[in-house]
Amino acid sequence: MSFGPHLLLALLEGTVTAFVLALTALGLSLVFGVMRVVNVAHGEFFMLGAVLAWAFSNMVPGIPALGFLLALVGSALVVGGVAFAADRLILRRLNYAPEATIVATIGLLYIIQQVVLTVYGPNAHPVVPPINFRVVFPWFGYSGYKLVVIGASAAMLAGTWYMLTRTRIGLVMRATQFDRETAQSFGIPVDRVYSAVFALGAMLAAVAGVLVVPIQQAHYLMGLEPLLLSFIVVILGGLGSLRGTLVAAFVIGISDGVISVFYSPTLAKIIATLFVALVLVFRSEGLFGEKRQ
Amino acid sequence: MDHTKTGSNGVRRARVTRRNIIKGLGAAGALTASGVMPGAMRYVQAQSSAPIKIGFQCHRTGIGASYGRWYQRTTLAAVKVINDAGGIGGRQIELIIEDDGTDPKRGAEVVEKFATEHKVDFVFGTLFSHVVIGSAPTAGQLKMPYFVVSEGHHVASGKLNRYVFQPGITDVRSQVTSMAPWIAGNLGKKVTMIFPDFAFGHDHRNYFSAAIAAQGGSAVGLIPIPPTETSFTRYFAQIPAETEVIYHVMVGPGVLTFVKEMGEHFGSKHPQIFGFIDSLEAVDMASPGLEFLDGTYFWEAYPRYAQKDQSASDKFYRQAVGVNDMGAAVDDPKDVSTYSHMFGCWETLYVIKAAVEQSGYQSAAPKDKAALIEAVEAMTDFPEGNEHPQGAKKFSGQLHQAFGHQSISKVENGRLNVVHRTSIEDGLYEPEADYRTHPL
Repeated sequence: MSFGPHLLLALLEGTVTAFVLALTALGLSLVFGVMRVVNVAHGEFFMLGAVLAWAFSNMVPGIPALGFLLALVGSALVVGGVAFAADRLILRRLNYAPEATIVATIGLLYIIQQVVLTVYGPNAHPVVPPINFRVVFPWFGYSGYKLVVIGASAAMLAGTWYMLTRTRIGLVMRATQFDRETAQSFGIPVDRVYSAVFALGAMLAAVAGVLVVPIQQAHYLMGLEPLLLSFIVVILGGLGSLRGTLVAAFVIGISDGVISVFYSPTLAKIIATLFVALVLVFRSEGLFGEKRQ
Repeated sequence: MDHTKTGSNGVRRARVTRRNIIKGLGAAGALTASGVMPGAMRYVQAQSSAPIKIGFQCHRTGIGASYGRWYQRTTLAAVKVINDAGGIGGRQIELIIEDDGTDPKRGAEVVEKFATEHKVDFVFGTLFSHVVIGSAPTAGQLKMPYFVVSEGHHVASGKLNRYVFQPGITDVRSQVTSMAPWIAGNLGKKVTMIFPDFAFGHDHRNYFSAAIAAQGGSAVGLIPIPPTETSFTRYFAQIPAETEVIYHVMVGPGVLTFVKEMGEHFGSKHPQIFGFIDSLEAVDMASPGLEFLDGTYFWEAYPRYAQKDQSASDKFYRQAVGVNDMGAAVDDPKDVSTYSHMFGCWETLYVIKAAVEQSGYQSAAPKDKAALIEAVEAMTDFPEGNEHPQGAKKFSGQLHQAFGHQSISKVENGRLNVVHRTSIEDGLYEPEADYRTHPL
């Protein structure tokens, strides 16, 4: 394949990765920004979304589009519920202490993974995409559904962005993030905000999982990679900075696409990790993070 | 090549005279109809009637889970058939299953657990090559006969140890050596290989590259893919334009995605495609997105679809395991089997049975284990039949490896039809090792 088409393919792949990653990492970033909780189980919410998408889409056999819509809404709600419960039952009882929550979410990771293994089984299951078409370029063909993923993720990101910056709920969340104690003294129910944020973060990961599952198949071990990439993105963008998260997701996603197409995916991961290390050494607050006292 | 008969030095042959008599007796039994031998042997070794304990190291979870599921079904079916016919030398098989998570470290722990906790007689059934390579040293240290069903070249390469055998399935080197002439003659000589980036895939890369070069062709592109990969589109861009044949072999949970994305990339205009059925084991050929495979070719060890000339033993084997004529579970046609691999479990259990009966194995004492190892090493031929339904095989005691027939199938209307079957000789190569010289 000559350079031009090669680059086009690389950019397409990179854009898909970037949008899905942005969605996943935004959830992680939000949880850290508002709650100061490093959610190691974030990737499992992604996986849970994908596995539930398989279950929901099987309830409506024969009509993939309807099944998929059901999966999108149903998976998000169920995962949101699980995260809400996890916050109430675990994180709150630990007073959101940073060290304790890391250990607790590691535990949560294994619990979710093993429950899925027990209930759903160890096999990968495919989910039929809601729309199945092939975009034919003169040099290669490309999955039309992947373009749908780009569109749907973009819409989802825009919605989240709108909610955080233009609505009252978003204002309350930002206020809590800015200064928890002051927010509380102004009558903001910080506890409820925390539960809502944890649920929202998990739902973003779940939606990303649902969008990805027709491309990748649902499998109980699929949560690891999005977790690692999300951490890379969140650290790079600056912990808690949503703008930084989005920018970093695109830097990592597109460069991952380009490097993996032209060289190898392993090299792409090596470079991304190296980049994070350099950022941590020279600008420990991340590209867009604010220096903390 | 000749890996027949017993040891080449006269001293050893003299030492095992009594054993050879029993071996001869076993061989005589094998020549007559099956069922005669167990009866005869039961008389010879009537001392113990305790069950023979076999530890089955199963990939129940992890990236090998779809294989593990079918390896287990096949193994349970074989154990039932053997036990119903009187067991091994009159002793029932007691199967103990442990999950290794398709993980090398856990694999080694499982072998150890079998030896120390369950006190099994043998361990068997491991598939993924990295798990075999991770577990084999432990088996060697514990002097535990370890029968793998992996198809990797690691056993025959000589880098494992005397306790490891692969008598139920042909190794990759032999498979690809026998495929290369047909590919070069029918599809093309410039081949791009897409393979998983671990030991099993490296066997493909090393030995197929060499085999196609021997046919005057070349591997113009080598594309390794990590076995845990979930997205493949980006790899297809690396296929060089001059490629005449794409040679693909993939494993892990992403195989269906892999083949589907290949179809999205190429559509109906693609180079010739030759795949190892590993890329679609446990996957329904009728899955949406696989239509482009019509007219492409696959290696199969054992044809998934019952062919027109189906043998009586294939009928028997399918029925015993519960597989229909399309290669799927009888009670769930969507549950497609790993037909080209799992027969190895069935056949290996029959090799273990023959080895126990021929060596007079009684207990896990070092003397009996040594006799058993030597009995397996003395084996040379496995005739086709209910015990070896995939077909006749030659066994090299020197390499601890079996060599059998391979099939090339063409996809026609979503069905795999065999177009070529190799001879055993097509897959033979110069041996690189001799395990019989290792100490017991």
